[in-house]
Amino acid sequence: MDKLVGIEDPVAEVRDGMTLGIGGWGSRRKPMALVRALVRAGRRDLTLVSYGGPDVGILVAAGCVRRVVTGFVSLDSIPLEPHFRRARSAGTIQLTEYDEGMLYWGLLAAANRLPFLPIRAGLGSDVMRVNPGLRTIRSPYADGAELVAMPAIHLDVAFIHLNRADAQGNGRYLGPDPYFDDLFCLAAKRRFLTCERLETDLFSSGPPQTLLVNRSMVDGVTETPNGAHFTSCAPDHGRDETFQREYANTDWETFRARYLDGGESDYQQAVKR
Amino acid sequence: MTRAEICVVACAEAWRGDGAILAGFAGLIPQLGARLAQRTFAPELLVTDGEATLLRNGEPEGWLPYRAVFAMVAAGTRHAMMGASQLDRFGNQNISCVGEWERPRSQLLCVRGAPGNTVNHPVSYWIPRHSPRVFVDRVDMVSGVGHDRNAYEIRRVVTDLAVLDFATPDRSMRLRSVHPGVRVDDVVEATGFPLTIPRDVPRTREPTDAERALIREQLDPAGRREREIR
Repeated sequence: MDKLVGIEDPVAEVRDGMTLGIGGWGSRRKPMALVRALVRAGRRDLTLVSYGGPDVGILVAAGCVRRVVTGFVSLDSIPLEPHFRRARSAGTIQLTEYDEGMLYWGLLAAANRLPFLPIRAGLGSDVMRVNPGLRTIRSPYADGAELVAMPAIHLDVAFIHLNRADAQGNGRYLGPDPYFDDLFCLAAKRRFLTCERLETDLFSSGPPQTLLVNRSMVDGVTETPNGAHFTSCAPDHGRDETFQREYANTDWETFRARYLDGGESDYQQAVKR
Repeated sequence: MTRAEICVVACAEAWRGDGAILAGFAGLIPQLGARLAQRTFAPELLVTDGEATLLRNGEPEGWLPYRAVFAMVAAGTRHAMMGASQLDRFGNQNISCVGEWERPRSQLLCVRGAPGNTVNHPVSYWIPRHSPRVFVDRVDMVSGVGHDRNAYEIRRVVTDLAVLDFATPDRSMRLRSVHPGVRVDDVVEATGFPLTIPRDVPRTREPTDAERALIREQLDPAGRREREIR
């Protein structure tokens, strides 16, 4: 029942052209060690589903991405993600732009094996114009309300990062917000969890309601201390704002050569100085 | 009394009478406005720390992760004050991108929660620099829907010059008040479409002594509000 894998193993299951869901939110608790491993592996033509932050920016800059499915891409303390912006203006990536709540609803539909879920968000907005495949549905009840039929967002693979996990794939968040990491796992065929620290007796080490994912939702577990760097992973570590500014202000080739061309341990060594 | 303090109070006024609903905000001045409203005339208002903790008079009182925020959006128990890169006379708002969506001149935030907010609950806007670049005839990408597209309610638009609302027969934008020191003509010149202008345009109210003290001594002692208006 042990699901421990190395950092390169989840990436080996992501093939060119697949749809990859990435947990976290903006520049918060992103599985950045797995993102870096994807860059090293040189994947191509991925569709990313994400509440986008530097995960999207890095994979776009590295040329791994064909399409981004999102409600926003932001570094939080730096509102606009520079690599995502550049790629959009250069026309080098495609975008499926949804309301944030629609993204949630699409993952929830997939998690529940439903073809769609009705939602008000999107009605009247240009989300309908830029997603010509989106359909509305009319309530069969007396209200007759017209709603957006948000289609299920199915994922080939999901990557998430949590504070604690055990070797079987149970996982706990300790920060203020679970984000939507459980839904990313439930919407995906293959699910990989990285954690700040592995524990043997996970259940006893914290309140049960912080156990966000159970082992039926996870296929592989990797311990990656500081693995969300430079995004926040409260309470283990905050966002590395200095490093994030360097990321946003450094041209991609320089940044890549300085930090991403080696392995994860080289990265962690380089960011420690 | 500074222009920024006038704006904080004008933002706070947007939430007057809302009761026990969630105040959403983007930007420092709306945040100060929500916190000021909660501490004065709208004590029932729910205000977060910008992440997942609900604060009452600066002290934690509850938990509101994003999934619970979406539930409040859908339930309609929220009034958010968002920003806008572009805004038209019916309150259609754009924060997504400028230029053609297919290949934008400037990619901004994407639509975020604007489509859902505007069809589910009251929304107001904060514009730190009132100009024809923001107040446009037609927005490039409708992120937040306006009254001509079945918005739930666009309540107020607070800018560095004035307060605007939609109290007109066709629910298009109207000048509600001008801030002290601002002329009606200044607002007209800075707006890229015709506004409804009442015969007598009131002045935006000034902060009370108690409000000014709260802003200066407790909510924003470092004076960060002054940097939000250029």
